[in-house]
Amino acid sequence: MSVVQTTSPPQDDTRRRGPLAEVFFSLMRSRTFLVGIAIVLFWVVCALFGEHFVPYDPLADDIINALAPPSRDHWFGTDQIGRDVFSRVIVGSRDILTVAPLATLLATVAGTALGLLTGYFRGIVDDVVSRILEAFMAIPVVIVALLAIVALGTSKTTVIIVIGLSFAPIIARTVRSAVLAERELDYVAAAQLRHESALYTMFVEILPNIIPPILVETTVRLGYAIFAVATLSFMGFGIQPPSPDWGLSISSNYGMIGGGFWWTVLFDALAIASLVIGVNLAADGVHGAFND
Amino acid sequence: MTEDAKAKNALEIKDLSVAYRVAGRNRAVLRNLSLTIGQGEAYGLVGESGCGKSTVALTVVRYLPRNGSITGGAISLDGKDVMKLDAEALRRARAESVSMVYQDPGKALNPSIRIGRQLTEIFELAGVSGQAATDRAIAMLNRVRISDPPSVMQRYPHQLSGGMQQRVAIAMALANDPSMLILDEPTTGLDATVEAEVLDLIAQLRQELSASILFISHNLAVVSNMCDRVGVLYAGMLVEEGPTEVVFNDPRHPYTVALLRCLPRGGQRKDQGRLDTIPGFLPGIGAIVKGCAFADRCALADDRCRTELPPLYDLGDERGRRLSRCFHHDKAQALPRATPADVAPAPKPAAAPVLRVAGLNKTYASHGHALRAVKDVSLDLRPGETLGLVGESGSGKTTFARLLLGLVPPDEGGTIELEGKALAPKLENRGDDQVKAMQIVFQNPDSALNRSHSIRHLIGRALKRLAGLRGAALEARLNDLVRSVRLTDRHLAVKPRQLSGGLKQRVAIARAFAGDPRIVVCDEPTSALDVSVQAAILNLLADLQAKEDVSYIFISHDLGVVRYLSDKIAVLYLGRIMELGPSEDVFSGPHHPYTEALLSAVPKLDQTETARIRLDGEIPSATNPPSGCVFHTRCPRKIGPICEQQEPPLAEAQPGHSIRCHIPYAELRRLQKPAAVAAVPA
Repeated sequence: MSVVQTTSPPQDDTRRRGPLAEVFFSLMRSRTFLVGIAIVLFWVVCALFGEHFVPYDPLADDIINALAPPSRDHWFGTDQIGRDVFSRVIVGSRDILTVAPLATLLATVAGTALGLLTGYFRGIVDDVVSRILEAFMAIPVVIVALLAIVALGTSKTTVIIVIGLSFAPIIARTVRSAVLAERELDYVAAAQLRHESALYTMFVEILPNIIPPILVETTVRLGYAIFAVATLSFMGFGIQPPSPDWGLSISSNYGMIGGGFWWTVLFDALAIASLVIGVNLAADGVHGAFND
Repeated sequence: MTEDAKAKNALEIKDLSVAYRVAGRNRAVLRNLSLTIGQGEAYGLVGESGCGKSTVALTVVRYLPRNGSITGGAISLDGKDVMKLDAEALRRARAESVSMVYQDPGKALNPSIRIGRQLTEIFELAGVSGQAATDRAIAMLNRVRISDPPSVMQRYPHQLSGGMQQRVAIAMALANDPSMLILDEPTTGLDATVEAEVLDLIAQLRQELSASILFISHNLAVVSNMCDRVGVLYAGMLVEEGPTEVVFNDPRHPYTVALLRCLPRGGQRKDQGRLDTIPGFLPGIGAIVKGCAFADRCALADDRCRTELPPLYDLGDERGRRLSRCFHHDKAQALPRATPADVAPAPKPAAAPVLRVAGLNKTYASHGHALRAVKDVSLDLRPGETLGLVGESGSGKTTFARLLLGLVPPDEGGTIELEGKALAPKLENRGDDQVKAMQIVFQNPDSALNRSHSIRHLIGRALKRLAGLRGAALEARLNDLVRSVRLTDRHLAVKPRQLSGGLKQRVAIARAFAGDPRIVVCDEPTSALDVSVQAAILNLLADLQAKEDVSYIFISHDLGVVRYLSDKIAVLYLGRIMELGPSEDVFSGPHHPYTEALLSAVPKLDQTETARIRLDGEIPSATNPPSGCVFHTRCPRKIGPICEQQEPPLAEAQPGHSIRCHIPYAELRRLQKPAAVAAVPA
């Protein structure tokens, strides 16, 4: 009976793209992100397929050619038992690229859950949990790692758990502040007026809206996780010989620098640096894309 | 100013076209716009959002965003061609001859700099410094009627109320004694009482200053009170222009006619007929317009309108130059209604109240003080009835609504009864049936609709939780509900951001009605919408009420809207009910002095201006309410010490009509006689 028309609103064809597509296009235009992701992808390819194209078996020793300087045969030289440094650097990304992302994933999952909990319930829950998390953040990762390794024994799993849990409070803090802002929006009140459970409200109503800050925080954390994994393997925890892992290689060769055998350490160090820089550039790009 | 400049128009815009570059394509926003503002003249520019009003303002001072470009035409400000100015000359023109006041004063002032510094800075730019600049700043604040300027100068913007901030913004705009003052929605978002104050100030300043004014507003009543001439903008084109009174009383373009019909005027009520609406939507920016841009939405349009752009006809009116861009300007007022006026039958005779509130209080702790947001509120509501809640911001309207819904628990002692059963104070402790019986339509659909969910999910989830439906039954009810709020299936798959404001609000209404509620709280549901969309939403609410026999608690600062929809009005001030009664009695009076002031503050299209009552200052802090009658500090009809010492009771003056005032009812009737006559619908 009423004649109110409901033709769809004038749509701009530019606004047809969803928010995620918008972010994707923005990323594709960001030079920072593209350079960063190229470096990261390079190492991912090395980790996945490196063993098929490296000139030497990274684990094969060749005592006669030990500590050979870079040459046409051995581009990055050889280490103290004659293993080809180039092959080891290429394949050496494998462990760090499993452990660091898994640790970050654990940190993200745990941190998101804790952040949702503290931000949603506020009050006493927030006070108690946040204080505990802050206390946790005050303890240096390395100390936690040492204690955990004494208790749990050395393994990749231990490293993942240690780094994951020590990064979780940082992610929780970011998530909490995003949740606090979302919680003020009326859709949360609308959910309460449907008697939705707290879990539904947190995970189905609020979580999808705070994905951008979580993604940004996660990529930033990944950079730190790579650094942390390398540090721990350098100290001899976590990744164990004979893995050609970079941190481990530096740790077993750094005594050689004094003797002038710089190539045994330099290339592994550069590899770590390039991966961390790549991840950070990508993180910068992601941050920019979400905050345009 | 030289004699020579005086002869020139303050602003001349000729054939101006502006485009925004979006996704690599230039999209026209203004099309061949011409307008002239004479010296000392106030020109109003009206139109719905998206029609290009603000773009005009930005273009005049060449402040277009980076993707905006002027694709044709000329602008001359004070006789100078703005387009030809180089960077330095442009800077000087902006500093010396033109000023802008924006909608949100909170954003126009720098939050980290004291008011005094922000003001003196302007004088320093003009070459006055030190004590002289301070003196001028103080004089300027005096001029905008700010009492105690030296202390205001020491404050930061956030320490001032919205009205004060806007007055400071106006002071800043006037500091350089501009010849052209551009006001872009200067009172939108302010309370009616504050709006009235700011408008009064602008009107007074017009007498004192020589500045010409370009006044941009979506509020037709405000423009009609403030401006000499008005231009109606539609899709970036001027569709009608003329002296304000003539245009609003004798419109000659179907768009103006339709726009004016969307407003509930002269005390119109829901049982007296639906509001008219404008079907369809404004063409998107950059849409290719062949023929008349309004043709798609115009019932008078014929083939010629769709193919040929109508020229601006000069109507040769003796009351002043009139222009209308319509082939049918002579019969524009015969525009058929887009929405039939017929209404559903009047509400059934009174039944038992669906909601009964007694002695409801809410006290917040604020820095160690008790803040009484709601104090001793008692009222009841019958099925199918609408209770309008009015009062300035800070009067406790929204808190009261949240108490009812259980989103905020009230203080101990008060009771809320729904259909005879007491409601638990907290939402968690209420039964599912009780929760679904009381729902809300929030003010801002962007906040109320989860932006990650599709419309189907938003409404479907409400049906699942509130109506307990599953599967095919849910699907069937979903389609029903979507149709009853006049959305279509096409809207179901999209996310809220892909819908316009009015459509989003329909989704919110559908969601509130999912569980067949008994009561729906509407918290300013139309305040963010254009008038044509507002009319459609109000019609929808009235239709749904007639069909479902639901009761509304309707909160709005727009008294015209409240009057249209409400059967009963509660006027709140500092959390207390000052007046409660049937809508007609409250509006026609005699009424509480506060109600009287609120009504007087509303700008009206039909200029039956009589003695105006203005409230001074701000609503006092609820942490430290005035003694006695809380309104005595601002009351224009204060009778004496009794007002300061004793809180008057909410006494029944007439059956069903209660007023909290020491002045006897008969005396109020005598005092308000002239005002009461003016408020009676024409």
